[in-house]
Amino acid sequence: MQPFHRLTAPACPLPYANIDTDQLIPARFMKRSRAEGYGGYLLHDMRFSEDGTDIADFPLNKPIYRNSQIIVARRNFGAGSSREAAVYALADYGIRCVIAPSFGDIFASNAVNNGLLPARVDERDAEALIKLLETHTELTIDLEEQTISAKAMSAPFAIDPVWRTKLLNGWDDIDITLSQADAIEQFREQDSLRRPWATPRVLAR
Amino acid sequence: MAQSPSGPRTLIDKLWDSHAIVTREDGQTLLWVDRHFVHEGSFHAFNKLKERSAKVAHPELTFGIADHYVPTRRSGRNVDPAIQNMIDQLEQNTSENDVMLFGLNDPRQGIVHVVGPEQGLTLPGLLIVCGDSHTSTHGAFGAWGFGIGASEVAHVLMTQTLWQRKPKRMRITVDGTLTPGVGATDIALSIIARIGADGAQGHAVEYVGSAIRALSMEGRLTLCNLSIEAGARCGMVAPDETTIAYLRNRPFAPTGDGFKRAAEDWLSLQTDKDAQFDREIVLAGSEIVPVVTWGVSPEDALPITMAVPDPDSIPDSGKAAQIRDALTYMDLKPGQKLTEVHIDRVFIGSCTNSRIEDLRAAAKVLAGRKAKVPGLVSPGSSLVKQQAEAEGLDQIFKEAGLEWVDSGCSMCVGMNGDIVQPGERCASTTNRNFKGRQGPGARTHLMSPAMVAAAAVTGHLADVRPLIEERT
Ligand code: SF4
Repeated sequence: MQPFHRLTAPACPLPYANIDTDQLIPARFMKRSRAEGYGGYLLHDMRFSEDGTDIADFPLNKPIYRNSQIIVARRNFGAGSSREAAVYALADYGIRCVIAPSFGDIFASNAVNNGLLPARVDERDAEALIKLLETHTELTIDLEEQTISAKAMSAPFAIDPVWRTKLLNGWDDIDITLSQADAIEQFREQDSLRRPWATPRVLAR
Repeated sequence: MAQSPSGPRTLIDKLWDSHAIVTREDGQTLLWVDRHFVHEGSFHAFNKLKERSAKVAHPELTFGIADHYVPTRRSGRNVDPAIQNMIDQLEQNTSENDVMLFGLNDPRQGIVHVVGPEQGLTLPGLLIVCGDSHTSTHGAFGAWGFGIGASEVAHVLMTQTLWQRKPKRMRITVDGTLTPGVGATDIALSIIARIGADGAQGHAVEYVGSAIRALSMEGRLTLCNLSIEAGARCGMVAPDETTIAYLRNRPFAPTGDGFKRAAEDWLSLQTDKDAQFDREIVLAGSEIVPVVTWGVSPEDALPITMAVPDPDSIPDSGKAAQIRDALTYMDLKPGQKLTEVHIDRVFIGSCTNSRIEDLRAAAKVLAGRKAKVPGLVSPGSSLVKQQAEAEGLDQIFKEAGLEWVDSGCSMCVGMNGDIVQPGERCASTTNRNFKGRQGPGARTHLMSPAMVAAAAVTGHLADVRPLIEERT
C-alpha cells in the first residue's frame, strides 16, 4: 500500500450531505474485476445523465476540478453499504483524501485499507473549505501534522491514531496478524473449552 | 468512557472481552471471529487470497450463501451471463476452500441475514462478520454482528480474526406498549429520524425496555438490521427466553445437554446493573406511530400523518438545500400530505422485512383486498417461502394481484435485475431509500410490511391503522 505523508493537489468541493456508497458506485457496476478499474464509475449517476453525457454543473465535471485528488464533502460521507468498491472507485479515479465532518464507519475503515485518507473536520471548517474551493482549488494535506492548508486558511483534522500510523507507513494488517499466530492458536484452544457451543454442529452435507 | 475491568460491564463489553486475543499498544485489539458469512460480493476478497496463494484458515466457521445476485424467478428463464458468473464464482471459491455453501438450488438458500438465524448458525455471544453492512441484524440474539469491507473479508478468511478499536456504547430504551399496526420498522425509523443517519456512528447500540422485550425474534432482527441506518457499528438485544425458544432445534445449534449448558451461558449475557453507557436515548413506545420516509436518506422519515417538509421554513441553508435536492429527486411538493403521495409499485422483501411474521403482517392487510398497483413479494429464504405457502399466504398475495417469487436480495439492491423503473415510486419494506438504490432514477419510500400492504390497496402512502381496525 502506498504510504501517505503530505499531499498538495487540486481539490473538488462536493457540497452534499449523505453521499452514500450507492452513489459512489452504483450496484450495477460491481460485477467487474478490480483489474478493469472502477474510476470511470465513480459517482456515476451524479456525473452522467441517462444518455451517458456529462452533467455539466456537477463539480467533478467542471474543468477546474477535473484532476482533483482531494474531495471536500458534507456530513456522513460513505454511509450505507459496506462495498469496498466505493473506495476502489475513488482510488482508481485518483482521489487520495476525502475531507468531511463525518464518515460511515465501514467506509472509513475500507478507505484506510486502501491508502485513502478519511480526514474528519469541524462542520464549520468543511463549510469554509467548500467556500474556499469555489475560487481556489489547491489544498495541502499533512498527515504527520494533521492539518489541511490553503492560501488563506489552515484547519486541523482528526483521524484515529492507529489509522494514521497505518497510512503513514502503508501497512497491511495481514502481516502483523500472521506474526500473532501463536497467540491466536492459544486463544482458540482455551476458547473452545470456555465456549464449546460457539462451534457450529457439523451436519452431513 | 473507560470502564474498570472488574467493574460493571455492558453487554458489548462482555462480548469484546470474550473475543479479545491481544491488544496492541496503540489500542487496536485482535478479535476472534466465530462466524463468517460470504456472498457473491466476496470475489474481491477471494482474489486477494489467490494473490497470496493463501487458503481459508477456518473453513468450518465460514459459510457461503448466494443471495445478492440470485434470480427470483428461477424456472424457465435465462440468467444474464454476468449475473451467472457472480454465482459461479461464489461456488468455485467456496468449493476450492472447502467452505459450505447454501447455493442457488439449496432448499435452505435465502438472504444471509435470514438464513444465519434460521439455521442456528447465529447464536448469542458470537462475533459474526460478513461483507454486508446489515450484518448488524444478528445482534438480535445478543451476538455481535457487523459489516466489513473486502480487505477485511480477506483478512478474516486468512486468519479468522480482525483488528478493531472498541466501539462506544449507546443504550436505546423503548418502554411501553406499541399500538396495533406499529412494529419494529416504525421503532427503528423513529430512532433514525431523531438521531440522524450518522447519529450512532462509532457506537455499539443495545436496545432495552419493555417494548423491545415484547418483540418477537423477527421484530428484533428488523430492529437490529436497521441499526446501521443510524450509522451504528452494531445493534443488539440481550438474550432472554424468546431467544432461547427460537434457537431450540435449529439445525446448527447445539443439542441436548450441550444446548442446556449453552442456554445458561447465553442468559448470563446481560448488561450489569450500574454499567455506564456513553450515550442514552429514550423513546416512549406508546407514542410511536407508523412511519414512512419521504426523502433519500433513512433519516428523512416522518409519521404517516404528517406532510412533506418545506425547505423555505428551514433556517439552516445547508439543510434546506439538502431537502430541496431530495424533493426534486423524489418529485414531491413542499407541504404535500404524505397520504397524498401516489405510488407505482410495492416491494415486500429484503433482510429487513421478509421473515414469516413480516409476510403475515402484510397478508393480514391484503387478505380479501386488491392491490391498486403491481408489486413483488420475495420471502427472505426458501424455507420461509415454504412455510408461507403452507399457511396460504402466497394465495393472499396472488389474489391481491402481487407477484410471489423466490428468495433473494431482489429489489432491495437490484443486483439481480429486479429494479424499480426510472421515475417510478415504490413503497418498499427495504432499508435504503438512497438515490438509485432500487435502480437508476427509482424513488423509494421505506416502511413496514403492513404499511406497504396499506399503500398497495390504496394506491398511495396510507396509514395502516384504520385498515386493521376494520378487521377487528
Ligand atoms: S436484502 Fe438488501 S440489505 Fe439485505 S443483504 Fe441483501 S442487499 Fe443487503
